[in-house]
Amino acid sequence: MTPAIKIQQVHKQFGALHALQGVDLTIEQGEFFALLGPNGAGKSTLINLLAGLTRPTSGNLSVMGYDVTEQYRQARHALGVVPQELVFDPFFNVREMLRFQAGYFGKGPENDAWIDEVIESLGLTDKAGTNMRRLSGGMKRRALIAQALVHKPPVIVLDEPTSGVDVELRYMLWEFIKRLNREGHTIILTTHYLEEAESLCSRVALLKQGELIALDSTKNLLATISGKKLRLKLSGALPVSLRDMIRHQENQEYTLSLNAVNQVEYVLAELRNANTVVEDMQLIEPDLEDVFVDLMGRP
Amino acid sequence: MNLINQRIRGPWTLFKKEILRFWRVSFQTVAAPVMTALLYLLIFSHVLGGRVEVYPGVPYTAFLIPGLIMMSVLQNAFANSSSSLIQSKVMGNIIFVLLTPLSYLEFFLAFLAASIIRGLCVGLSIYLVAICFIDLPLTHPLFILAFAFFGSGMLGAFGIIAGLWAEKFDQMAAFQNFVIMPLSFLSGVFYSIHSLPPFWQKVSHLNPFFYMIDGFRYGFFGQGDISAWFSLSVVVGSFVVLSFLTIGMLKAGYKLRG
Repeated sequence: MTPAIKIQQVHKQFGALHALQGVDLTIEQGEFFALLGPNGAGKSTLINLLAGLTRPTSGNLSVMGYDVTEQYRQARHALGVVPQELVFDPFFNVREMLRFQAGYFGKGPENDAWIDEVIESLGLTDKAGTNMRRLSGGMKRRALIAQALVHKPPVIVLDEPTSGVDVELRYMLWEFIKRLNREGHTIILTTHYLEEAESLCSRVALLKQGELIALDSTKNLLATISGKKLRLKLSGALPVSLRDMIRHQENQEYTLSLNAVNQVEYVLAELRNANTVVEDMQLIEPDLEDVFVDLMGRP
Repeated sequence: MNLINQRIRGPWTLFKKEILRFWRVSFQTVAAPVMTALLYLLIFSHVLGGRVEVYPGVPYTAFLIPGLIMMSVLQNAFANSSSSLIQSKVMGNIIFVLLTPLSYLEFFLAFLAASIIRGLCVGLSIYLVAICFIDLPLTHPLFILAFAFFGSGMLGAFGIIAGLWAEKFDQMAAFQNFVIMPLSFLSGVFYSIHSLPPFWQKVSHLNPFFYMIDGFRYGFFGQGDISAWFSLSVVVGSFVVLSFLTIGMLKAGYKLRG
């Protein structure tokens, strides 16, 4: 089957800045894929290249088998992008904006039923006739997502879709996106909320300074972190002998990194010796954030 | 057939959106320029009417009207494409068009056509109001249409260039105040260039706006400072050159696609 996305040896330079350095990546159809990395890693540049908003210095990118430069019409038909910024056209209301967006893709009145469905699914029915200027931030975000879907693209890219979004919208949004994924759409997600990527995405790519440093299934990446974490709330300070294990500290709440579960015994013994009372204790499985921190911390 | 419809619908939608964009604020984009032109007409005809006769048998007020119409056509055609582009760029919503399968040529045609429509809309409105008060002959209507069409097209293309180049509203304001305004005011809207000293007559010949105004006025009175055919060839030539330049900039993604 043709891959949804194929990126081959892509380089992108902005003057002296080498934003992408030979990225190779293939995303299969139907995947729920996470593209992660710190700010400036090259995630948005990669998305912009796929969307044709930026041109690669060298290398090839294709969407559903269509080259984004040579066959840009077909490639853009196959792609829906939800941009990171809350941008909107202040002259029009939600429905008008969606109709215009569908029209740019050659879709006419026959597409109105789908537009209605998208409006309803994203909870925009009450706001369909409201000018974009008058919408709240959350509603604008919904309208942006709707805009990316009006032409029914098989591949959907969501660039930080939940930044600054309340819990209710986040839940509604993910339910909708999961439904689209179940219906066969390929979803590519960038997010700073790593727990979202972990719970939703089957595969993860990690970018660092324009290079792909990890590409694997979420399960395999989690398996690379052998240890667990121990969260403690103490009556006093942590004994000096345990200080090297501190991963995070806030007042007298500590998160310690464990190499193995049997280290719990050692921690408790040290606390007993120091006469420090444990007020609360929790053993935590490694998560994507641990993988992220581990990989980003490597030279 | 379906593919053809799909192909046409994209640029047609962009054109329709650009038309609606100015029509939604027509008080500002159509009524206001009509009012400005009528104020010029009122003041200049009051001050100079009866004292100046530029062409034999043509009252100064009548002489003034075609120039004011054409000046408004040009300024509004420029304003349409330039303001739409700079607003979309500054607000970021240009991305909605850039993400679509629309080609650079379709983008150009949609913006250009909307600019021409706004220019003609403003020009026709001024004409309809003016003829309520003053008799205005239509000696060569095809010349009138040709100059209005190619003139607004030329300024529509120029507006796209300015919109692509400018990154901030003040850069666009500078373009309008230091390029478009001087070119339109020094083009013979209010006078015949024969009334100027020889040096300034030569300078006026370097101003493409002069040819548009003079040729357009010829269409009404059958009289002009220079040959209408020569003016038309200059205007069409300038339109073609600017169009190619605009298309080249769009094709290269100048300040649109990094």
